[in-house]
Amino acid sequence: MLVKDAGEKMGLKLLAGKTGTDRELTGVYICDLLSWVMAHGNKGDAWITVQTHSNIIAVAALLELSCIIVPEEVEVEEDTLQKAEDEGVAVYQSSISAYGIAKELYKMGIE
Amino acid sequence: MEDIKYVFEVEKDDFVRAGETSSKIKKTLRELGIDSSIIRKISIATYEAEMNIVIHSLGGQIVLEITPGTIKITASDRGPGIADVELAMKEGYSTASDRVREMGFGAGMGLPNMKKCSDRFCVTSSEGKGTYIVIEVDLKAGE
Ligand SMILES: Nc1ncnc2c1ncn2[C@@H]1O[C@H](COP(=O)(O)OP(=O)(O)OP(=O)(O)O)[C@@H](O)[C@H]1O
Ligand SMILES: [Mg+2]
Repeated sequence: MLVKDAGEKMGLKLLAGKTGTDRELTGVYICDLLSWVMAHGNKGDAWITVQTHSNIIAVAALLELSCIIVPEEVEVEEDTLQKAEDEGVAVYQSSISAYGIAKELYKMGIE
Repeated sequence: MEDIKYVFEVEKDDFVRAGETSSKIKKTLRELGIDSSIIRKISIATYEAEMNIVIHSLGGQIVLEITPGTIKITASDRGPGIADVELAMKEGYSTASDRVREMGFGAGMGLPNMKKCSDRFCVTSSEGKGTYIVIEVDLKAGE
């Protein structure tokens, strides 16, 4: 499934990185420890995290994650969004919890 | 392929630019058409080395060297060094401050990640002096 289709279906708010929304979303990874994500995240994963500083964009770009989703209306810093634009990493905001987002993605066939 | 060498300076505490060196190295390897699984290993190891210089050191540099058979990353800094390297290599060991832990650093996984991603890995450090890390990943035949 494409990132943009998943985002639309779930009613996620795209904060930045529209050029990244054409990526293929193939999995989900939930973690707020960056080197843990570095060790276990896979290419194509949607990364759900409450971390919002600009380094998350570096992590997502290096691992070729499909997008970042912040849960529960967490606010994302302006310089993070700027970097997301520059690197073409889609950053979405959701009103529901990390578990809720994962459940939605599962229902859409991301297993 | 001709031998290539690039040097990148990494500043301490510069969280805005942190990750740029790893990202530049990844782009360089991509332009050279290096295999994506090798790029992934180098990206992860370089990122961890870069973040350690930003978070734990007084600043340093990362050198990328590409020879026909190998990609070599050397991360060196000006101190303060690691007192017990064996302990620092243990998964979960971290001296990260509360401030950087809140940012999601400090899982104590960086050095183990570097080792896992390398074909050869070496840390040399002592208290009061700098830390010197060599990460090597072999290119497959034909690259
Ligand atoms: N370049 C360095 N200079 C000084 N100390 C270092 C350096 N690199 C690592 N260390 C020490 O080794 C410890 C373990 O490093 P490691 O990268 O494995 O974990 P971390 O950086 O604390 O957390 P994480 O990488 O998971 O965010 C650090 O907490 C720090 O005490
Ligand atoms: Mg580290």
